[in-house]
Amino acid sequence: MRDVAVVAFAQSPIVRREEFRNEVEILLPVVHDAIAASGVGRKEIGFTISGSCDYLAGAPFSFVSGLDAVGAWPPIRESHVEMDGAWALYEAWVRLQHGDLDSALVYAFGKSSLGPLVDILVLQLDPYYVAPLWPDSISIAALQARAWLEKGHKESELAEVVARSRRNAQSNPNAQLSGDADPEALLAEPYFTSPLRRHDCPPISDGAAAVVLATGELARRVCERPAWIRGIDHRIEPHGLGVRDLTRSVSTADAGRRAGVGEKPVDVAELHAPFSHQELIVAEALGLDGTTDINPSGGALAGNVVMAAGLTRIGEAASRIMDGRAGRAVAHATSGPALQQNLVCVLEGTDG
Amino acid sequence: MTEPDAPEEPVEPVLSIRAPVHLEYRYTAGQASSRFLRGLEQGRILGQRCPQCLKVYTPPRGACASCGVATDEEVEVSGHGTVTTFCVVNVPFYGQKIKIPYVSATILLDGADIGLMHLIQEVDADKVYMGMRVEPVWVEPEERKPTLESIRYFRPTGEPDAPFDTYREYV
Repeated sequence: MRDVAVVAFAQSPIVRREEFRNEVEILLPVVHDAIAASGVGRKEIGFTISGSCDYLAGAPFSFVSGLDAVGAWPPIRESHVEMDGAWALYEAWVRLQHGDLDSALVYAFGKSSLGPLVDILVLQLDPYYVAPLWPDSISIAALQARAWLEKGHKESELAEVVARSRRNAQSNPNAQLSGDADPEALLAEPYFTSPLRRHDCPPISDGAAAVVLATGELARRVCERPAWIRGIDHRIEPHGLGVRDLTRSVSTADAGRRAGVGEKPVDVAELHAPFSHQELIVAEALGLDGTTDINPSGGALAGNVVMAAGLTRIGEAASRIMDGRAGRAVAHATSGPALQQNLVCVLEGTDG
Repeated sequence: MTEPDAPEEPVEPVLSIRAPVHLEYRYTAGQASSRFLRGLEQGRILGQRCPQCLKVYTPPRGACASCGVATDEEVEVSGHGTVTTFCVVNVPFYGQKIKIPYVSATILLDGADIGLMHLIQEVDADKVYMGMRVEPVWVEPEERKPTLESIRYFRPTGEPDAPFDTYREYV
């Protein structure tokens, strides 16, 4: 395997609604910041790939306009996944393994404010037996949370997750939701979709994120402390909700094992858990214990740019390696209903 | 109980189900497109110039697709332009507002570096040609809205034809 590292990360502020800017206008400064921070010239970027979703924009091929932020002339090597940018990063990592290219730009963007997000997400469900019933994304998550609580967990565990997310987000200048939340006060709030309260659900968010990857020598040259990708894997579970154990994340556990999460202690974990109970399910699947700092950025509960939130987790984890705050970090991304598909990436600051 | 090896009776196949989907979106035109569309409301055609390659985009999209940089400088173009390519529409379709045959053309406005799609009228469809000089016919000022329909169509100006070399890069 070729050594590949994250050498730069940039993101937009995560906001409830970008009233004036369209996707390209949000993306342009983010891509420029990432490329400038990477030290790799724009024309030297070997591979470019994006993650986004036409259903969010309500327009076919909406990802094509994203290339206006990149400048695709003379023609560039480019790809796109209709998935979170974390999977775009995975494709870029695979592409860099081919050996002929040394760098990649990965970006992701989304404006969830344009349409009815919780209904749009219904369209990813089984089109014959489930989607016609229109179970919105919060109801699906509530089904999962109910099953998880019935296993003997407590709602106070959820409140603890939310309180920590809000607290951590206070030091994240791009976070949408932050504050000094008291778990007791959170539990006193009414249910939104029982057993979930409003704060157990992710905010609706607009934004963009970008990461630059570089291989061995180039990474060492352009970055003082690259965040080396030591393992990356993604796994998927069946589409049918009824055939899965929703209280566990088998695919996260599998991906985590293959990425080598448990081989050494983990300083920091950025977990893409849009709902509070999902963070606990994912952390358990990865075997993380109390020694790991979980979601120091606040995570997806503090800002959930659909299609960019997973890539942002990788970027947030990598940032903490690059600036020396962490030695070994785990980033996780999820896709599909109720944690159906999961990607795990292990990053280390130690070279060689 | 059915015997394991008993042949199954075929049932009539279900060929379709009805599962209506209705989603409403609020489109964000963006700053560049909004300035262009607001310009049309005032009878002006606005573009943006790329600071690197100096090309002028009309309509502007806020970024130069070639250079990948923001196009911050706003420029106004006159509206006069040259037909670079066109087609004659002979196909009737639902919602058609114009009598066929009519001409849909790409027009390179003077001072712009990208063709604008619009209609050519006040001339028979078979008399339109590449290099023809045209100008916009606007709707009445009080009827103008932030849409390209504020320009009713383009029509020939009668100026001498534009030499091919002046627009060969844009065909």
